[in-house]
Amino acid sequence: MKKFSASTLFLIIAVYSFSQIGIQTIPSVDVKSIDGKTVNTSTFSNDGKPFVINFWATWCTPCKRELSNIAEVYEDWVDETGVKLIAVSIDDTRSMARVAPFVNGKGWEYEVYIDPNSDLKRAMNVPNPPYTVLVDGNGKIVWQHTGYADGDEDELYEIIKKLVNGGTIK
Amino acid sequence: MKGTKIKKRIMQRLLLIISIVFIGSGLFAQQNFNAGSVSGNFKLEAQAYIPDSLIGADTVNEKMLSNSYMNVIYTNGNFTAGVRFEGYFNTMQGYDQPYDGFGLANRYATYQGDFIEVTGGNFYEQFGNGLIFRSYEDRDLGYDNAMDGMRVKFKPAKGVKLTGIIGNQRLYWEKGEGIVRGLDADISLNDFVPGFSESDHRLTIGGSFISKYQKDENPLYNLPENVGAGAGRLNYSLKGFSLASEYAYKSQDPSFDNRYIYKPGSAFLLNANYSRKGMGAMLQYKWVDNMSFRSDREETINNVLVNNLPAISKNHSYAYAAMYPYATQVNGEAGLQAELFYKFKKNSPIGGKYGTAVSTNISRVVDIERTAINDSTNIAAMGTDGYETSFLSMSDSLIYQDFNVEIYKKFSKKLKGVFTYQNLKYNQNVLEGHLGMVNAHTVIADVTIKIKPKHALRIEAQALFTGMETDTAGNDYRQDYGNWAMLLLEYTISPHWFFAVSDQYNIISFDDDVAKNTLHVNYEKTSLQRNHYYSVAMGYTKESTRISLSYGKQREGILCVGGVCRSVPAAYGALISISHTF
Repeated sequence: MKKFSASTLFLIIAVYSFSQIGIQTIPSVDVKSIDGKTVNTSTFSNDGKPFVINFWATWCTPCKRELSNIAEVYEDWVDETGVKLIAVSIDDTRSMARVAPFVNGKGWEYEVYIDPNSDLKRAMNVPNPPYTVLVDGNGKIVWQHTGYADGDEDELYEIIKKLVNGGTIK
Repeated sequence: MKGTKIKKRIMQRLLLIISIVFIGSGLFAQQNFNAGSVSGNFKLEAQAYIPDSLIGADTVNEKMLSNSYMNVIYTNGNFTAGVRFEGYFNTMQGYDQPYDGFGLANRYATYQGDFIEVTGGNFYEQFGNGLIFRSYEDRDLGYDNAMDGMRVKFKPAKGVKLTGIIGNQRLYWEKGEGIVRGLDADISLNDFVPGFSESDHRLTIGGSFISKYQKDENPLYNLPENVGAGAGRLNYSLKGFSLASEYAYKSQDPSFDNRYIYKPGSAFLLNANYSRKGMGAMLQYKWVDNMSFRSDREETINNVLVNNLPAISKNHSYAYAAMYPYATQVNGEAGLQAELFYKFKKNSPIGGKYGTAVSTNISRVVDIERTAINDSTNIAAMGTDGYETSFLSMSDSLIYQDFNVEIYKKFSKKLKGVFTYQNLKYNQNVLEGHLGMVNAHTVIADVTIKIKPKHALRIEAQALFTGMETDTAGNDYRQDYGNWAMLLLEYTISPHWFFAVSDQYNIISFDDDVAKNTLHVNYEKTSLQRNHYYSVAMGYTKESTRISLSYGKQREGILCVGGVCRSVPAAYGALISISHTF
């Protein structure tokens, strides 16, 4: 498998030259809700308003900082813009049972799903959590961000407001 | 490998066909203004190494080593295809050497219809909790047991999902010898049974079967060429309560891991949790007996693992809490974990102005009870039936115990922190094959100060203390490496910059009698000295691009991400890392 033919490269160039570049919409992958339902990610929506998908894990310190910090302002975000945050945990079988008690123990109001074998993470080319994706009211991915530093949520919220007010992001 | 030439020709033909289909669909699609989209990601890491005999960082002949990968995914309607290139020039320290080189590591095509989904090529999949089958990858850990073959997913009725898989597993740039094939059925009774869909009681049942084939060429033993494994699971939830359980059984599978015993294996997993706003509780139980399962019975480490038995302990994220990480003992263990989460409300005596969140977690793992099959055979003697054990048996032999408390507290708009205490009992004899029990106490403070809008300083202070032991000569010594302390300062300017400095230090002095004994007893290295492991780092992030640079020393240890661990050797040098998602 180490050697690959020139046709592979050709294939990539060919596809690349005809197509739109960058992820456009959320891929269709089955994830689990914290009450055990199987949900397909293609059904993710927020009634025509933008929403945020945040990849996190119970073992990821910056992820927990980010979601805790957003939780403090989340009510205002929802009131002012109608935005919704979908938190996708990539905890696997080892720690997925911790997700529901952890989220409730923190009092987070997010919509939470679990991606136990990282299928969605892989389909969306997420390198490592935390990773944030902003989806507009039409289901189009307009912005992505890797990592978290305190205050990053302000930048995210500026972009959400711009989007809600009809501005273009991408 | 046999048949490589034929395989190569088939591969080339396949690629040619895929190319034609691609280009054809691309051209066709362009006329319809739907040419699909291309997305992907990329990561490159390179480290320059400086030898440092004091910390045990070896000379690297190449002076610089680099790992990189690039994923490209093409999507057009119901059709998805992807490739991943990987390059190791040469493989960075801490990863497995056979990765050296560059090539196409992964390629697949998937058609996704309403009732059926088919994938040809590489894929990742998990049946139930993974007790008998889990194909998974984590690039940062160098873990990849991708399947290479075919997968079909079929939804014949509402709430019913059937999955079939067949193929070989990835083994570096080759494929594992064994063939893995299996079936899984998952039935959501709420969707399947009419009139049950609105019920608060949610019930899902599932069953799976996996079989592997590997030729028997062993001169000593007559080994089973086909090994089968089955598992059944049940998930139930009612409002805030949820219960998940799975039982798995595997037919006799003599292997390097189980020292060639002819004994079936089994595993049982139970997860229960209850939560409502402001509180949560979790209980986890696991029992494992002789469940190592690889598609090549001779393989070791993380290679060609067919299943994944989750470790029953908290997956810590702070360095010292994770200094002695736990890994499942596939040959046998019984484990229990319990955790409580509670949030003291705002304006309550403990909650203070902003509320305080507390979690406490305990996990305990012991060996299973084994008895000899007869008077003349030792337990687990090679080539025998191994031993006898009863289902859910437990012995007194402690393998691992972790008790920890974490407190999240916000003091003011500008100041908040996470405080952790941990007591760990770690049986090095079982887990690493040397010495005895390590009893460690760890304290961690992680405080974030908001200096001004967008500027934050994070201070992370950690200390670990190991217990005292007395050797046969009557000398006292510290367990393992003894006591450690570290301090990390991280300054971030949102949304682009981060700067960090850190240092860690082996608190015990080499001149101490205690340390002399420790170092002598543990390592028999006479040149060891106490060392500073300092590091400076900076990084720049813009949207989905991240560039970071670091320079310093890294302590030898075990790095775990998700559920998988790898050992990292001591290193000194400069590291650059670039990643981008498009």
